Amino acid sequence: MTTAHAALPHPAPAPDHASTPPLLRVSDLTMTFPGRRRSAPVRAVDGVSFEVAEGETLGLVGESGCGKSTTGRMIVRLLEPTSGSVTYAGRDVTRLSQRALKPLRREMQMVFQDPHSSLNPRQSVARIIADPLLVQGSSAADARTRARELMELVGLIPEHIDRYPHEFSGGQAQRIGIARALATGPRLVVADEPVSALDVSVQAQIVNLMERLQRELGLAYLFIAHDLSVVKRVCDRVAVMYLGRIVEVGVKERVYAAPAHPYTRALLSAVPLPDPAAERARERITLLGDPPSPAAPPPGCTFHPRCPKAREICRTEAPLLRIAAAGEAREVACHFPETG
Amino acid sequence: MAAPEPLLRVRDLTVTFPTPRGPVRAVDSLSFDVPHGRTLGIVGESGSGKSVTSLAVMGLHTGAEVSGSVTLDGRELVGLPDRELNRLRGRRMAMIFQDPLSSLHPYYTVGEQIAEHHRVHFGSRRAAARARAVEALAEVGIPEPKRRVGEYPHQFSGGMRQRVMIAMALVCEPELLIADEPTTALDVTVQAQILDLLARLQEERRLSVVMITHDLGVVARVAHEVLVMYGGRAAERAPVDTLFTEPAHPYTRGLLDSLPRLDDPDDVPLRAIPGSPPSLLEPAPGCAFAPRCPRAAAGTDAERERCASERPGLGGPEGHAAACHFPSFPALSAAPSPYEGVDS
Repeated sequence: MTTAHAALPHPAPAPDHASTPPLLRVSDLTMTFPGRRRSAPVRAVDGVSFEVAEGETLGLVGESGCGKSTTGRMIVRLLEPTSGSVTYAGRDVTRLSQRALKPLRREMQMVFQDPHSSLNPRQSVARIIADPLLVQGSSAADARTRARELMELVGLIPEHIDRYPHEFSGGQAQRIGIARALATGPRLVVADEPVSALDVSVQAQIVNLMERLQRELGLAYLFIAHDLSVVKRVCDRVAVMYLGRIVEVGVKERVYAAPAHPYTRALLSAVPLPDPAAERARERITLLGDPPSPAAPPPGCTFHPRCPKAREICRTEAPLLRIAAAGEAREVACHFPETG
Repeated sequence: MAAPEPLLRVRDLTVTFPTPRGPVRAVDSLSFDVPHGRTLGIVGESGSGKSVTSLAVMGLHTGAEVSGSVTLDGRELVGLPDRELNRLRGRRMAMIFQDPLSSLHPYYTVGEQIAEHHRVHFGSRRAAARARAVEALAEVGIPEPKRRVGEYPHQFSGGMRQRVMIAMALVCEPELLIADEPTTALDVTVQAQILDLLARLQEERRLSVVMITHDLGVVARVAHEVLVMYGGRAAERAPVDTLFTEPAHPYTRGLLDSLPRLDDPDDVPLRAIPGSPPSLLEPAPGCAFAPRCPRAAAGTDAERERCASERPGLGGPEGHAAACHFPSFPALSAAPSPYEGVDS
């Protein structure tokens, strides 16, 4: 262990999708929360499947209540899925015991939204960053050395190692959260809204940091966010969720330039652009109504009550996720997807 | 714009909070106008003083010391007794907040809460006030207003609750609406609905609106003029198009450059502003942005010293003002972005 950079990385292997299994494969993942009292059970996530390749960033976007955070939590086993499976590097981790899971926890880590509430206010930075290493069997001295290296890696001053979270600004606290996630040398980081609690001028710092760490360490990210502009910046592919299901998934360039699902189109068109002239010139699709409750999802396509294109079949039959157009690396769950 | 008297005129507004660690000046010598029928966007990050400004205008700053002048249609509000202010609040100026659930009373139906405003200000009878509440709900686009007027806040979704708040704010037909992050807690598709609604109501009623937000996209969409705040002070003030195309203050420039944008063609790394927003507890003697400012950093020793020690005043050409010792007004200089070549 000489420098942080030599100690940490799993050098990104050349992507070879044909022969190696993806780093993460999520199949038919479902989460049903029991209803309270007499209310119906809530199916927060309903048959979600996707893959994340080594060194890749998949953006998972959607509005509140769409199940994106629940999905992230099931992947790192902070929540036990009702059904479906999570396969990490070819191993099904869904049904591993906590003990069997422990070595894999090194490889999959999580970054949370609110940096201050996800750091224990009574622990020093040294303790926060070193704890995952101690749990994994490092000596106290080694763990402290690594903690200093990690602080430097994420742009913090290593001399601040004995300070407490309240002594740091929001952006710095998020750097601590990232250092903690990187302590065990993960290959996959699930980041749940990592910049949305930060000030606008600080968000870009954290986005740039995460991109640099990805390049240097070969990390794969599952980047969960509601901000479509941030996701466009960081991800390679993007999956759009609505009411517990993926409605569209594909390479970023296609999904953003030519969204195939009416919901994706409306979502993109609703984001206000920081450009008054463009805003005035823009043709906007305004959806009616609110997202429905996952406790009482509409029949058929769950988007049909708000969909400008809904027809009879949409009310009765749920569309499956399928390739949007021949030869395209994009899938869409819509009976009448936009083409072109 | 030599103009008729603006509806709202704020001059040298200063708001100071006593704290155990000494007085904190949350808003410092702020001045702006809001003409009839126009929208002023106030943009800033946490601690910039944008929300405190709106509370001070409404006279809702509990425990703070306020100096300066706020006039509504020529009438001075600073120092006005609460009894007098109560007659204006809700009647001539109204406010909506980020979280409608915390501003609505959970024990009363939305109809009772809207009707109460009308009764208090117009002395209307119960039945008439209720009828007015139904109309108000219909105007803000709540379906089946006759039925929903008898429901409680928890029975409404987040977007519908914000509509209820707007109905309540506008039931007495005020001239000024202050909206403090009204769509921040909402999903983006619902935000679009609420912004559409506010735009329609403004047009129909010639409302003056102060839109307080951290979201430059929202500002670009709704504002006519923009005030950018930083560390409790005005950093820049300009018509909306000018602000976005020709920002003169390095902070405004930095904010715009650091935004990831949907309409960006390529994915060059974001130009982040280094550091964090300033603490109001230890205000810098000079420009609050100086420690993060690329223009200050690139300056000569004398220039740097000036930025660090001397407060810049707000100044500039007609209609456009920046509080910077070295602003980049297009007419004055064709300086490239100070962020050019700066990497984080």
